[in-house]
Amino acid sequence: MKPSLTEAPWARYALTAAALAIVLLFLALPLFVVFSEALAKGVAVYGRALSDPDTLSAIRLTLTVAAIAVPFNLVFGVAAAWCVAKFDFPGKSILVSLIDLPFSVSPVVSGLVYVLLFGAQGWFGPWLAAHHLQVIFAVPGIVLATVFVTFPFVARELIPLMEEQGTDEEEAAVVLGAGPWQVFFRVTLPNIKWGLLYGVLLCNARAMGEFGAVSVVSGHIRGLTVTTPLQVEILYNEYNFTAAFAVASLLALLGLVTLVAKSVVEWRFGGELAANRRH
Amino acid sequence: MFWRLFLLFLALSAVTPAQAETALLNVSYDPTRELYQDVNQAFARVWKDKTGETVRINQSHGGSGKQARSVIDGLEADVVTLALAYDIDAIADKSGLLARDWQRRLPENATPYTSTIVFLVRKGNPKHIRDWDDLVQPDVQIITPNPKTSGGARWNYLAAWGHALAKSGNDEGKARDFLTRLYRNVPVLDSGARGATTTFVQRGIGDVLLAWENEAILAVEELGKDQFDLVVPSLSILAEPPVALVDKVVDKHGTRAVAEAYLRFLFSPEGQELGARHHYRPRDAAVAARHGGQFPAVRLVTIDQLGGWQKIQQIHFSDGGVFDQIAGSMKQ
Amino acid sequence: MAATKSSVVPGFGPTLGFTLFALGLIVLMPLAALFLRASGMGWQQFVQAAFSPRVMSAYALSFGGALAAAAFNAVAGLLLAWVLVRYRFPGRRLMDAMVDLPFALPTAVAGIALTTLYAPKGMLGGLLAGLGVKVAFTPLGVMVAMVFIGLPFVVRTVEPVLQDIDADWEEAALSLGANRLQVFLRIILPSILPALVTGFALAFARALGEYGSVIFIAGNIPGVSEIAPLLIVTKLEQYDYAGATAIAAVMLVVSFILLLIINTVQKWQRRLYQ
Repeated sequence: MKPSLTEAPWARYALTAAALAIVLLFLALPLFVVFSEALAKGVAVYGRALSDPDTLSAIRLTLTVAAIAVPFNLVFGVAAAWCVAKFDFPGKSILVSLIDLPFSVSPVVSGLVYVLLFGAQGWFGPWLAAHHLQVIFAVPGIVLATVFVTFPFVARELIPLMEEQGTDEEEAAVVLGAGPWQVFFRVTLPNIKWGLLYGVLLCNARAMGEFGAVSVVSGHIRGLTVTTPLQVEILYNEYNFTAAFAVASLLALLGLVTLVAKSVVEWRFGGELAANRRH
Repeated sequence: MFWRLFLLFLALSAVTPAQAETALLNVSYDPTRELYQDVNQAFARVWKDKTGETVRINQSHGGSGKQARSVIDGLEADVVTLALAYDIDAIADKSGLLARDWQRRLPENATPYTSTIVFLVRKGNPKHIRDWDDLVQPDVQIITPNPKTSGGARWNYLAAWGHALAKSGNDEGKARDFLTRLYRNVPVLDSGARGATTTFVQRGIGDVLLAWENEAILAVEELGKDQFDLVVPSLSILAEPPVALVDKVVDKHGTRAVAEAYLRFLFSPEGQELGARHHYRPRDAAVAARHGGQFPAVRLVTIDQLGGWQKIQQIHFSDGGVFDQIAGSMKQ
Repeated sequence: MAATKSSVVPGFGPTLGFTLFALGLIVLMPLAALFLRASGMGWQQFVQAAFSPRVMSAYALSFGGALAAAAFNAVAGLLLAWVLVRYRFPGRRLMDAMVDLPFALPTAVAGIALTTLYAPKGMLGGLLAGLGVKVAFTPLGVMVAMVFIGLPFVVRTVEPVLQDIDADWEEAALSLGANRLQVFLRIILPSILPALVTGFALAFARALGEYGSVIFIAGNIPGVSEIAPLLIVTKLEQYDYAGATAIAAVMLVVSFILLLIINTVQKWQRRLYQ
């Protein structure tokens, strides 16, 4: 960058310092608190907190829920991005807004709507009870609430990317005689894979970390329907602050791993990503 | 590789314990976590000796109102052990899962242990808080949760109400005035009893915490003997957290016998002893005598003297009720 | 319904079909249940439940706090995006990665951590208390939590646009004698404005509904530091489903309108570029 195209050094330093202060104050310090509290009583206590049977079953449940919710949203996200980005049709803005809606719905409401549907007093409650099916206060309810909350993540990531790429390559492939799946796997997927991975990573992080919505539908049965974030709350409410922060640090670590993975993707394939954008 | 990992975890999660044993679900309120952990173990042993059956008791804890709502919405609790009778009444009314006379089906108002409301103050009691009237001094900060969301907070509120009525010779206007002044001194209104304790103890906010006696003793033991003092007011309330069998659920699960035995166990000498060890006031006179030192004598008003839950709920805690009017004046 | 952009590319029917199916199942049906429950209560009852004075002051805090937090985030987020895109300094990559932290950190953990930090006994809270500023358990604390969860939205929407700005325009302006501020105001700001508005609106919408992180740090005093989602929970715990759904419906409609505006702005922005 030519010197004339940037600010005076003092302005550069001031702006950088201000940005640094914001990151420190709002982002880095809370993270630091989590780890310092978790390790306040030493590594042994930390290890014991994480090997508690209830905590382990909470971690297992969280992984199970994510393993169902994330692939579902992956398929949905690709399908939604395909029809929104590659085609024009009336009502597209409304469709996109509806896909985005779970982003801004209060987590409490996200849980509540499923209670209204599947709760004993809800629409399907009597039918479910008659067939001895349990949705709310069991794993299916937790999965549904998680799918709802993470619904837009993959689609949101892919739609702008695929829109910028346009349809030229796909059209060429079709003209050359490729079938629909061939077009997707040979032409589109290579172009969007890193955006897709980024979306999946964020979707996964959010799926494992969701608290509000899951709290409404979980029933809080120890060792059965308690997810990892709920376990943090339980430990916190038992005055077991070190263990609470230890489990929290695990979730924070997951977030960090996500961020590192994302950075690696951007660093290694940044050129490719940028090239995609310029198409 | 990502997916293979996921599948591995999925496989792991499928390895759940065999369901050959009988399982009960006890849906309870916040401060009973430690108590029922011990009770569940003791009962499982007793039941095994008696019948040879292995029983596992699952626990769910949360705010009393929230837990009752979960049961109404379909959380399949075999037994409920909540903070106040009103919440179990609500389950009976709104879902019909248990009979409305549930409170007469077990001894002692279906309440195996009682408790009362006491004050927790900072070490040395720097603000000289001895009784209710000291709470409404302008420089005192009180921590108590929101009575609309917390069962414990409703007992706090009603204990103060009972005191104000007794002092003013049943003048409701004066009592209301007293509560208004009291809540004006509340800087944080947590949604549950445990949250309020954390605010007071961990965050160092407030001069006095209104709490269940068992919670206050536990907080002192768990969080610092040399940091807090317990103050027992001259008059408080007889807090009765009741227990009940959820008929339709136990019939569906086929667990009536064991659930019934579980609740009866709470009234047995062994169950009473466990309660006393967790700082609940036992009903059994012999057990109470053994733990007498822990539970100072207090003049106690009862819920029925204040009009019973239905009436209290209607007047004080419904939307636009007395508490809402008081809360309206909380913004100084 | 016709696909007008391209008739050669396959898969419009199946993908739209699946999208609508999933949308209906996961989003629309549950929300319909909510609206039906709310509409079952009669207009007067609805107004009473959704617009009583206490609920109004909760909206005021939720909307006002979210607005203030989003405004702060618009400035702070633009600053962060600017520094990340335009300057090279040690630790830049780390800073870039940190921005996504609020996306990844569970809200309850964020709430507990922020409260620990900003409570009067906490690291920053103690410092601020010395200056006479109270953060935790006040409306200011609510805003801190809202800033935390909303910050990445602004950074991540502004960043790519800032990267794409053509340096030719800036050079031309500079060679014609404009100063840096003029270049920023006349050339850069207009091109990033749509993205900035989008980021602002996303941060606003997210802060509006936030529950997990806010309740820990808010004092929850009715009329002062009680947010609208907390009122929904409070109503539920009094078995008042109708009242809870009424507030939820109001918040939902506002969120949807906001998103519709964003997506329209984005469409307009794309047209501008083409």
